[in-house]
Amino acid sequence: MRPFTFERAKTPADAAAAAARHPDAKFIAGGTNLLDLMKLQIETPAHLIDVNGLGLEKIEATQEGGLRIGALVRNADLAAHHRVRRDYGVLSRALVAGASGQLRNMATTAGNLLQRTRCPYFYDTNQPCNKRLPGSGCGAIGGFSRPHAVIGVSDACIATHPSDMAVAMRVLDATVETINPDGSARKIPIAKLHCLPGDTPHIETVLMPGELITGVTLPKPVGGKHIYHKVRDRSSFAFALVSVAAIVQPDGTGRVALGGVAPKPWRVEEAEAELPRGAKVFTARLLAGARPTPENAFKLRLVERIVASVLAEAKGAQV
Amino acid sequence: MKFDMPATTNPIDQLKVIGKATERIDGPLKTTGTAPYAYERHDVAVNQAYGYIVGAAVAKGRIESMDLTAAKAAPGVIAIVTAENAGQLDKGNLNTAKLLGGPAVDHYHQAIALVVAETFEQARSAAHLIHVDYERAKGAFDLAIAKNSSTPPKPGFGGPPDSAVGDFVGAFESAPFQFDATYTTPDQSHAMMEPHASIAAWNGDKLTVWTSNQMIAWSVGDMAKTLGIPKENVRLISPYVGGGFGGKLFLRADALLAALGARAANRPVKVALQRALMMNNTTHRPATIQRLRLGATKEGKLTAIAHESWSGDLPGGSPETAVSQTRLLYAGANRMTAMRLAVLDLPEGNAMRAPGEAPGMMALEIAMDEMAEKLGLDPIEFRILNDTQVAPDNPAKPPSSDPQSKAPEEKHYPHPPFSQRRLTECFRTGAERFGWNKRNPVPGKSREGHWLMGIGVAAAFRNNLVMKSAARVRLDNKGVVTVETDMTDIGTGSYTIIAQTAAEMMGVALHQVVVRLGDSDFPVSCGSGGQWGGNSSTSGVYAACMKLREAVAQKLGFDSTKAVFADGQVRDGGRSTPLAQAAGESGLVMEDAMEYGDLDKKYQQSTFGAHFVEVAVHASTGETRVRRMLAVCAAGRILNPKSARSQVIGAMTMGMGAALMEELTVDKRHGFFVNHDLAGYEVPVHADVPHQEVIFLDETDPISSPMKAKGVGELGICGVAAAIANAIYNATGVRVRDYPITLDKLIDRLPEVA
Repeated sequence: MRPFTFERAKTPADAAAAAARHPDAKFIAGGTNLLDLMKLQIETPAHLIDVNGLGLEKIEATQEGGLRIGALVRNADLAAHHRVRRDYGVLSRALVAGASGQLRNMATTAGNLLQRTRCPYFYDTNQPCNKRLPGSGCGAIGGFSRPHAVIGVSDACIATHPSDMAVAMRVLDATVETINPDGSARKIPIAKLHCLPGDTPHIETVLMPGELITGVTLPKPVGGKHIYHKVRDRSSFAFALVSVAAIVQPDGTGRVALGGVAPKPWRVEEAEAELPRGAKVFTARLLAGARPTPENAFKLRLVERIVASVLAEAKGAQV
Repeated sequence: MKFDMPATTNPIDQLKVIGKATERIDGPLKTTGTAPYAYERHDVAVNQAYGYIVGAAVAKGRIESMDLTAAKAAPGVIAIVTAENAGQLDKGNLNTAKLLGGPAVDHYHQAIALVVAETFEQARSAAHLIHVDYERAKGAFDLAIAKNSSTPPKPGFGGPPDSAVGDFVGAFESAPFQFDATYTTPDQSHAMMEPHASIAAWNGDKLTVWTSNQMIAWSVGDMAKTLGIPKENVRLISPYVGGGFGGKLFLRADALLAALGARAANRPVKVALQRALMMNNTTHRPATIQRLRLGATKEGKLTAIAHESWSGDLPGGSPETAVSQTRLLYAGANRMTAMRLAVLDLPEGNAMRAPGEAPGMMALEIAMDEMAEKLGLDPIEFRILNDTQVAPDNPAKPPSSDPQSKAPEEKHYPHPPFSQRRLTECFRTGAERFGWNKRNPVPGKSREGHWLMGIGVAAAFRNNLVMKSAARVRLDNKGVVTVETDMTDIGTGSYTIIAQTAAEMMGVALHQVVVRLGDSDFPVSCGSGGQWGGNSSTSGVYAACMKLREAVAQKLGFDSTKAVFADGQVRDGGRSTPLAQAAGESGLVMEDAMEYGDLDKKYQQSTFGAHFVEVAVHASTGETRVRRMLAVCAAGRILNPKSARSQVIGAMTMGMGAALMEELTVDKRHGFFVNHDLAGYEVPVHADVPHQEVIFLDETDPISSPMKAKGVGELGICGVAAAIANAIYNATGVRVRDYPITLDKLIDRLPEVA
């Protein structure tokens, strides 16, 4: 860990302004990912801005009938919130499928969105990684790539975004709210928050320097059956090989987003028109243009099987 | 004391304390966090500095240059140890690669420097400032390729590399039923909770190391040899070990570098191996490729058995002895086994819980399931049909190649009888208990909702080894018995069974016994490894207690052959005297060792069991979840059913990991284990562990030791993975021969999702 200076911000605007003053600054909330990365010197901020005192831990109803989730709402609290459990079941289920009880008690809503990949080459500073050290190459391409992304990838990076929560938020059409160092606020549809790697895998979101997430807004509930099916090699405390967040309506229409397959939560709205035609047709559209490695090509077939299972489950059928 | 005749009735047979389910005497220390583990010994030496290990960034090559300038100038840095400034270092007898590399690098994450600083954070930060340039060399990292240039290894723990009985080739070719398949097991990591950790302090030329180590005497010897100092100048103290599984059998980099760091810094230094270095810096269970060929009559009698195994290691290393059990488990007149060792430039392969049998049984016991199906036989009946009471294949040790060797030629017994073998009873008992008759022998036919259900079985087999072990016992004037031995408790329950042994022998209550372990100042024990620790260490305590009983009897004027030690009293006829009285003011101290004759040559000593498993495989995703597990074990007298059960269910859980998830993934380009932390190397979590049951058959084995006990801690892992594989086959009809059995190996062959 590199030595760093530390300050506690009092308001969101202060925090953003402080970040603008320190180009090497990072915000710290739960710290469940950042501290690990700092110990390994993958993240080397010169300055930390503690945002835990910003008063962003409220969950409130919006005038539109939705829900506004403060950036600092802990994952455990969000999963347990009565409105989330009642109206946004897919989000509650995705949250409790992630990490462990202890981590969910610390991890925050904004931090979860901004967590970094768990690619082992990203984590091993002896190895090449374009995300960690731009231009150094990608260790996973041609190496160990079983857990890696199959779509949205580039020749520079095949890392996945590891979040479960973000996959559910993507299927819920959440909006991310931010504040900039100049005090201006903006709203970013979650679909637009994360970037695909292209030639710049170190750029992971559209957030500008110093821009701070203040909350996430969920639109009015859409009803339907909410399913989050996470598949992994052990029963708990593992990142998804593939996860499927789905909201399926009684008429067979619905929405599906995937985790574990792409550098961001993966959803293709146009493909959803095919949902009533079944998993095979829908998945072919959803994963069109996929570029798996020999080690992770199984994910394509796995997605189709899970989607089929989820659609059957939504119908209430025995599968 | 020498054990060279089968045991007769002795004080252990009273079973007043031994054999009772007894809570761990060290339990309160563990559960309250007050058992002092090595890294926490802030109390033992003042002014401790912190060391941080730098691991090599390449798998093979040379360090061209190492720039320490920035690190030396970093805040708090006291010293930096490298091969260049450490002075001349030898290599331990039991280490394959040097613990401090440089300029040559032998494997990834081999330690190449230790940064010593005032705080841990300063040492870690400075370590990142060391710049190293390497000249990379080509290495061999792929067993499937290196296998082609493999050679017969030197005979070691697993016996000679080759064995042959009868005419395998002829019998196999003429067998009406033939089976031939190849299996693979991956590299695995011990992944114990407590990392390797040590505090070292020098007092003049005397070195004391508080460490976490399974084999105190081995590691004292290798520390002395590596540093080039007399053994007498090295003291190791390791009273508590947070898991070892074979990963702490040897001197490792943490202990050596703590010693070197303390010498360089001129003050005590503590070093814990960083978690991210554990998989590549230390030892691991090597991957294997195993070919099984079985020939049988149509009635199911095996006539031909062949087992070949290939594994790799660094130059000078040893093989994974995966064919060991196949020489002993099933009858069959014509057989051969062969082990071949390839040179691989991956980290050092070595012992992990049940080396040999654990991966060997993973292959053999699937093959037996496959052959049973081919024969149309129930897999249990097939195994029982080929049960044997004599060792089918016990190859002679080749004569010593050392012309100076003065070791007497050992008499060879080609087919020794088993001292105890109740494999059939294990199967019958387990089948009844588990409801084997409810299993549908046709695979893929049982379903519960989303889940395909299956039941599988496998034999459990692990050899029983006996090792010389010494102890010192002291009786004080309050009647308290103190046992001292360098035996270790690696979570196994050594403290408790040793206390039970002393209590039984001396006729005192358990709380009247104090046990002190893991200090090289104590008599040399067998240590913890190869499941020999429980039986052998308590036998050493038995020997010392026999001597103490004689001394007590003599002092009190009793006939030691007739004196009864019970309830804190010594009785003979009508006389009864408190034990404490014999101790007098100065106490009585006796020391002895148990040594073994050739009973383990005249008889084959092994432990047996049967594993039953029920699995559920998700019909859509191929995820396997274990529903129920049962192990039936026949392993001699069970000294403490409670701690023995813990050993077995822990081993069953570890076997589940081997079956379903554990794999060190090799980057075959760069030569290292990629998933080198506990996030990447998955072991079972609580949610994976289902209902587990253990049955111990009521057994004593007087051939083994005066305790009439055998090992059980490794028996529990042997066969579990195959039982799970067989259950997955029963559930799905998909046979996977490459471990671990992850969903990607199943989904293409599962039924279409409706």
